[in-house]
Amino acid sequence: MSATELDTLIGRKWRKPPFVRNATLRWGLTAGFVIYLIAAYMTIEVNWSRVYEGLDRGAAFVMAFMSPDFLTRWGDIRDGMIESVVMTVAASVVGIAISIPIGLGAARNIAPMPVYLICRAIVAVSRALQEIIVAILLVAIFGFGPLAGFLTLSFATIGFLSKLLAEDIESMDKTQAEAIRASGARWTQWINYGVQPQVLPRLIGLSIYRVDINFRESAILGLVGAGGIGATLNTAFDRYEYDTAAAILLIIIVIVMALEYISGIIRAKVQ
Amino acid sequence: MPVLTTDKGAVWRRRTTGQSLFHWFIWLVGIAIFVVCWQQISEATTWFFVWDAPRIAGDIWSRATPPKWDYIAQLGRPIWDTLNIATLGTIIALFMAIPVAFLAARNTTPSKLFIRPIALFIIVATRSINSLIWALLLIAIIGPGVFAGVIAISIRSVGFCAKLLYEAIEEIQESQVEAITATGASRWQVMAYGIVPQVLPALAGIAVFRWDINIRESTVLGLVGAGGIGLQLSASLNVLAWPQVSLILLVILAAVVLGEWVSAKVRAAII
Repeated sequence: MSATELDTLIGRKWRKPPFVRNATLRWGLTAGFVIYLIAAYMTIEVNWSRVYEGLDRGAAFVMAFMSPDFLTRWGDIRDGMIESVVMTVAASVVGIAISIPIGLGAARNIAPMPVYLICRAIVAVSRALQEIIVAILLVAIFGFGPLAGFLTLSFATIGFLSKLLAEDIESMDKTQAEAIRASGARWTQWINYGVQPQVLPRLIGLSIYRVDINFRESAILGLVGAGGIGATLNTAFDRYEYDTAAAILLIIIVIVMALEYISGIIRAKVQ
Repeated sequence: MPVLTTDKGAVWRRRTTGQSLFHWFIWLVGIAIFVVCWQQISEATTWFFVWDAPRIAGDIWSRATPPKWDYIAQLGRPIWDTLNIATLGTIIALFMAIPVAFLAARNTTPSKLFIRPIALFIIVATRSINSLIWALLLIAIIGPGVFAGVIAISIRSVGFCAKLLYEAIEEIQESQVEAITATGASRWQVMAYGIVPQVLPALAGIAVFRWDINIRESTVLGLVGAGGIGLQLSASLNVLAWPQVSLILLVILAAVVLGEWVSAKVRAAII
């Protein structure tokens, strides 16, 4: 701060500097936001009496969480859970296996231009399509069952993992890779000894994170008939069997927590 | 350094014998698990439908093209609803996430022993359950409509926002907090002048990032009856109006890409 700037400030009360510095922009944004909020609020029809009626059921659901019923539908829950886990594992393995070559292809410093464009296009398509929409289309094509769910999750894994892997490869340390190349390595050896050791820890971390996401997504694929626990959960909600639904949700939460815990340990180990 | 002694002398290897055996064993176990999973999926699949899939896919494609362009007139309101679900859901989520994040961060939580675990549980529980499942639940409780979608999106986002925010709070510079404390500020003043300004950019980034994800998620909430363009999608799917389905998918794709573009621009401006 220069001396003259300081002089003009002396004698005035200090005020917190605003988050957006430009005053017109700040007020413009605020005004636009308020207008939007009013417009949005006007167009949402909330049936408050219906909401009020529903509070009892909400309370019933919260109570159900206190006393979840694992036993009555245990057979259905177990089958659905096993199917979800099976889909998650198979889709993660296939998705990761496919996303590694695509990730290599989508890294600008490794791949030639045509390969780069093709791989980036695959990544963009996979990321733009919502899992559940892909699942609807695949169920229409392949029929009901876990195969559609498996394909959906694999497809979604490709977009997620390839993009992050490619970004990681693009930001790697060039000197190591160059040293391997200077020793006269083939392309495969260059990838294997120059690039792979640099990105492997992050790849493992991301893969585990994706397994976690895949499991969570597998829980909803059943809603559109693509296998997994979702169908059981949907039935439980439709029949107002909140205690069974609460049991399923608790199992999902526990498994996700366990996965997060394990992934934390593994990530700490590889990094 | 692991070496292999041959009759021509020592040769460099990447791993010792024990390491490579362990490596192979891990791979073996992994492949065995995958094969078991694949068998499960395969058993639950009607392979006849799969062999028939290319024909079905071609059939659906021929029915879905060209999209029924004049149907777009009826999509204005649903897309506005979708935008509202995403935006209002994000705003409500932020209001809930900020206190949770402050309770969960190690350096601001009032009690590490009691309150922090509760806050962390809220984060994990809301994060592990997909917004579609929250929507299912809320529809049973407060009835179908946009309002259920808003609440579902906001609950789902709480965990995500709070997790990222509390990590940002834990990474703040302690020296600034100390400086404010040294002026004799109260606990709330320290919060407002020492901590909040440091995490505000992170908060803005998280909000926009989550808004982008919420646009994606809110497009499919209608499938379970929670308002937005998903309602039109499921209605068109139910009557097999494929030209309408393809148009809706294009609109969803455009919304998702637009959301991602806006979010990338805003985040680039903040950071």
